[in-house]
Amino acid sequence: MSVNVNRFKCGYCGACVGVCPVGALELIETWIEVDITCTGCGVCAKICPVGALELNEK
Amino acid sequence: MKNKYDVIVVGAGPGGSITAKIAASGGLDVLLIEKRQEIGDPVRCAEGVGKDALKKHIEPDNKWISSEIKGSKIFSPDGTEIKMSEDASSGMKVGYVLERKVFDRALAQEAAMAGAEVMVKTRATGLLRSNGKVTGIKAMYMGETHNINADIVIGADGIESKVGRWGGIDTSLKPNDIETGAQFLVSNIEPGDYNLFYLGDNYAPGGYLWVFPKGKHIANVGLGILGSKSGNVRAISRLHRYIETYMPKGKIVEMVVGGVPVSGPIKQTVADGLMLVGDAARQSDPLTGGGITNAMDAGKMAAEVCIKAYEKGDYSAKTLKEYEDKWRSTIGKELSKSLQVKNLLVKLNDEQLNQLAHSLDGIDTSKMELPSLLFTLFKKNPKILWELRTLFV
Repeated sequence: MSVNVNRFKCGYCGACVGVCPVGALELIETWIEVDITCTGCGVCAKICPVGALELNEK
Repeated sequence: MKNKYDVIVVGAGPGGSITAKIAASGGLDVLLIEKRQEIGDPVRCAEGVGKDALKKHIEPDNKWISSEIKGSKIFSPDGTEIKMSEDASSGMKVGYVLERKVFDRALAQEAAMAGAEVMVKTRATGLLRSNGKVTGIKAMYMGETHNINADIVIGADGIESKVGRWGGIDTSLKPNDIETGAQFLVSNIEPGDYNLFYLGDNYAPGGYLWVFPKGKHIANVGLGILGSKSGNVRAISRLHRYIETYMPKGKIVEMVVGGVPVSGPIKQTVADGLMLVGDAARQSDPLTGGGITNAMDAGKMAAEVCIKAYEKGDYSAKTLKEYEDKWRSTIGKELSKSLQVKNLLVKLNDEQLNQLAHSLDGIDTSKMELPSLLFTLFKKNPKILWELRTLFV
């Protein structure tokens, strides 16, 4: 996984899912799941209204 | 739950519920699924809607109307006010601020009363296919996965739509194609009875800040910024700053976050056995961000095409394309115009926005709708707005 979701910040709005170019994210009821296709491009982190997503540097 | 329906609608927002209602009324066997356990909650909407556009679909009911609105006031960065959209004749109220939690459920109930089956806490996890055609969905309810077949699957699954992507339709939004927003329900204020819009970098770069009254002392106060201008400062931080500065007595009693598609019409919204409706089809207005009635209009069109396809026994993309042609020639045209205006507006600096507002000095805009207001602005400011000339021929 190359993006981390801070679930204490996340408002589970799904905006990040809409911008993911590879479809790696999914909004499941009240949480975001990231699958292995994530390329770490960072678009989701950029547009998150509350800043709940962070790129995983590892 | 059966294992076969004529139509499965994924997502019980306004677009999905209208699709389900009309398809069921037309005699089709319809399943409407909603992944949340409560339809309409959490809200991701400023809840403003035009009276006439809404009345085409449902009789207004006080149970889901928070307040009635006389018109709109737009404020340029220096505070110049532009009043618009008042009723031309009688001073009647022109719009509503809804209570979406109640509204969405009422629409889902209408679908149920029309004969559709409704399942909540049920999430589509993938599509079923046969010979390349979509033939149903995989759905999870309470941790168990079920295969449910259908001749047509409608993706009305919102900004986070997966149905289109699973069906091979690229619905991904670029940072320029999304407004990222935050909203508080703010109490202990006196918002009046106009919807207020504030423009400028101080409020919302590439977007606007809104105050939509929900009652005498309470309003939806929110802002959306263009995705490409988000990053260092978040929508939520900007909104906090606004409330502290301009509404120091305001008390926040609810928080809403969300993204609004502002891409304009996307290339494809149907495939074999599949149609997209509402935010999933990126049918929200790129200029205003409004999406409720567009989604309902599109839902109606999609349902009518479902009924025709059923009569023909043909669910191919070729048959379903009638939906795409229909929404493109109506909703799509408006989206394209709005996109053109949005693309210009996001390029203007605060000074230019002020200049536009000042040019209306002495002109009564209060009865104008957006198109005539834009035309008036264009005539007064051809240089700044030259890009928009094609809108007015």
